[in-house]
Amino acid sequence: MADNFPEFFDTRGLRFAIDDGFSWVVANYGDMFERLLMPLLKLLSGMETFLQWLPWYVTIAAIAALTYSASRSLKATAGAAIMLVFIGALGLWNDAMATVALMLAATVVAVVVGIPLGIAMARWDGLRSMALPLLDIMQTLPIFVYLIPFVMLFGPGKIPAILATVFFAIPPVIRLTDLGIRQVDSEVVEAITAFGATPRQKLFKVQIPLALPTIMAGINQTTMMALSMVVIASMIGAGGLGYQVLQGIQRLEVSRGLIAGIAIVFLAVIFDRIAQSYGRRAQKHLASGE
Amino acid sequence: MTASDVKIQVDKVYKIFGDRPDDAIAELRAGAQKTEVLQKTGCVVGLKDIDFSIHNGETFVIMGLSGSGKSTLIRHFNRLIEPTAGRILIDGRNIMEMNAGELLAFRRNGISMVFQRFGLLPHQTVLENTICGPILQGMNRREAVALGMEQLELVGLKGFENRFPRQLSGGMQQRVGLARALATKADVLLMDEAFSALDPLIKSDMQEQLKDIQARLKKTIIFITHDLDEALHLGDRIAILKDGELRQVGTGEEILFRPADDYVERFVRKVDLSRAMYAHEAFTKVPVLTSTEATPERSAALLREHPGVVVTNGVGPRLLARGATGEAISVASVDAGAAIGQCFPLLAAHDAIVVTEGGAATGMLTREMAFKALARSVRKA
Ligand SMILES: Nc1ncnc2c1ncn2[C@@H]1O[C@H](COP(=O)(O)OP(=O)(O)O)[C@@H](O)[C@H]1O
Ligand SMILES: [Mg+2]
Repeated sequence: MADNFPEFFDTRGLRFAIDDGFSWVVANYGDMFERLLMPLLKLLSGMETFLQWLPWYVTIAAIAALTYSASRSLKATAGAAIMLVFIGALGLWNDAMATVALMLAATVVAVVVGIPLGIAMARWDGLRSMALPLLDIMQTLPIFVYLIPFVMLFGPGKIPAILATVFFAIPPVIRLTDLGIRQVDSEVVEAITAFGATPRQKLFKVQIPLALPTIMAGINQTTMMALSMVVIASMIGAGGLGYQVLQGIQRLEVSRGLIAGIAIVFLAVIFDRIAQSYGRRAQKHLASGE
Repeated sequence: MTASDVKIQVDKVYKIFGDRPDDAIAELRAGAQKTEVLQKTGCVVGLKDIDFSIHNGETFVIMGLSGSGKSTLIRHFNRLIEPTAGRILIDGRNIMEMNAGELLAFRRNGISMVFQRFGLLPHQTVLENTICGPILQGMNRREAVALGMEQLELVGLKGFENRFPRQLSGGMQQRVGLARALATKADVLLMDEAFSALDPLIKSDMQEQLKDIQARLKKTIIFITHDLDEALHLGDRIAILKDGELRQVGTGEEILFRPADDYVERFVRKVDLSRAMYAHEAFTKVPVLTSTEATPERSAALLREHPGVVVTNGVGPRLLARGATGEAISVASVDAGAAIGQCFPLLAAHDAIVVTEGGAATGMLTREMAFKALARSVRKA
């Protein structure tokens, strides 16, 4: 038998201290956090209720229209509609809508927070040099690690699920906003400055429009990461398709897990196509000047 | 020259890129070279002790090789780059003392700029690009559009107003750049290698157009180029920059015939020799007399109609130039097939030289003739 690693000091004290500290934070500030995050919960529940209330054919028509307006491809549009019908036919409509709601809510929050952060990073080198390593760490951490602090703070439920999803999915939109703005032709930025644009005019008239294809690519990746997180998030009470997968695993019902898994893949395909086509169109618009 | 003729005054400007600008300037003042400063302080010297002024209504060309600091210098005039030390006065006003609001107003109304790679907004139409200055000035849209159309017509782009920059050729895009700069009605125009990215033919078109526009509008133009021909053709005066230092400021003729130092001389000679321009394109035929024919009366009569008279006496041709007193003097001679560049050293020593064809003297070449021919050839090219 190999020697055990020698015990240099008693770690129990340290662990107790951390646990106590954390409990203290939860006990004293848990309510405050929860109140602060109420709007987030409202957003998520509202979206979920709305999507589940909407008649399925309206939802399918809307997503098909979105696909068409982005891709201008009948094949892609028909594909999206068929996949959605398939999900409904398998009896997973409400779960799928819960998943879409979580994904959309998380994406919206990530984009609303991430784009300004990316812009700030592009403007201030100091902020950028601090943020980049942080984003690197966030992108290498295993997916489960995101759950731990939020579950500890809030207990299982929708709030930790959406928070974990936002944190997991936000790095690409921040990174690519920063990159997109930095990549804008410096002479164009100089030109508009030379004609007397304020920093704000520069940002909104030149930098953001020209960075848009890159920003869209970031939003696309963020959407996909949010979708991949929802399965994991379901373990802490997010519900939706992920919950079905989880149940499939727990009860060893292969069919349940498999069918829900396929539904998740379908959703990923549909949203990936929409986001990518929008990105390509923005790019083409810039390249040809249409 | 009176003080009111001075539009822009550059007063001992230094620009240091790096973290230790004060140390770098101290090193420079102690006589260190650019490379030493880089070694000792890690700073790049962009500009060193630049001091000159630009007159109202002149086209002032700044010339130098790539990396000599031209772009850095021109960006000081609208404070896209701030000097490390020194002052810049425009209309007697120190632009370094402007606050943020004053600087915006100055950029909107007082100075405009044309860029090497055009710097047009790719997502906006030609017209939108053209009126971006007036719109920033706060002009209402209708007026701005009318003004923009006028400027586009001026640069020959009528009918293209709804195109996007990518749909136009390089020359046309730069016309948009020029129209945009003219639309603000600013009286200082900065042009950073504005024509360097264009094909030779388009480039000379644009040069002519700029001269036409300048003849009418009389702006103060600061024009950057690395092309001596362009500099000679456009510039009322030319400044030569090397490694961030000003080597000479003067008219084209001064730069060509009285280079301030070895560097300018090499710069000038290299560019000239590279242009295949020959003495026969520049010289003037003059009467050739033998020494017995060359009586004072006869010479004086001929000089009323010709710039000079060549006198041969079997030894070597001698030249009697108009305005010169006394006898024909012995001067150097060149073959009509010689490159103009080869004539410069001779012209530096003599006001005029004799030109021979097939060994026989047939005419003369003065500094002025050489210079004019050069200017003509530049225009043709
Ligand atoms: N932002 C900067 N940081 C460091 N060095 C710079 C910077 N901008 C220009 N330089 C240096 O200053 C010198 C002059 O550059 P520039 O003005 O662009 O030359 P030119 O326009 O004549 O080609 C070069 O050595 C260049 O490397
Ligand atoms: Mg340059």
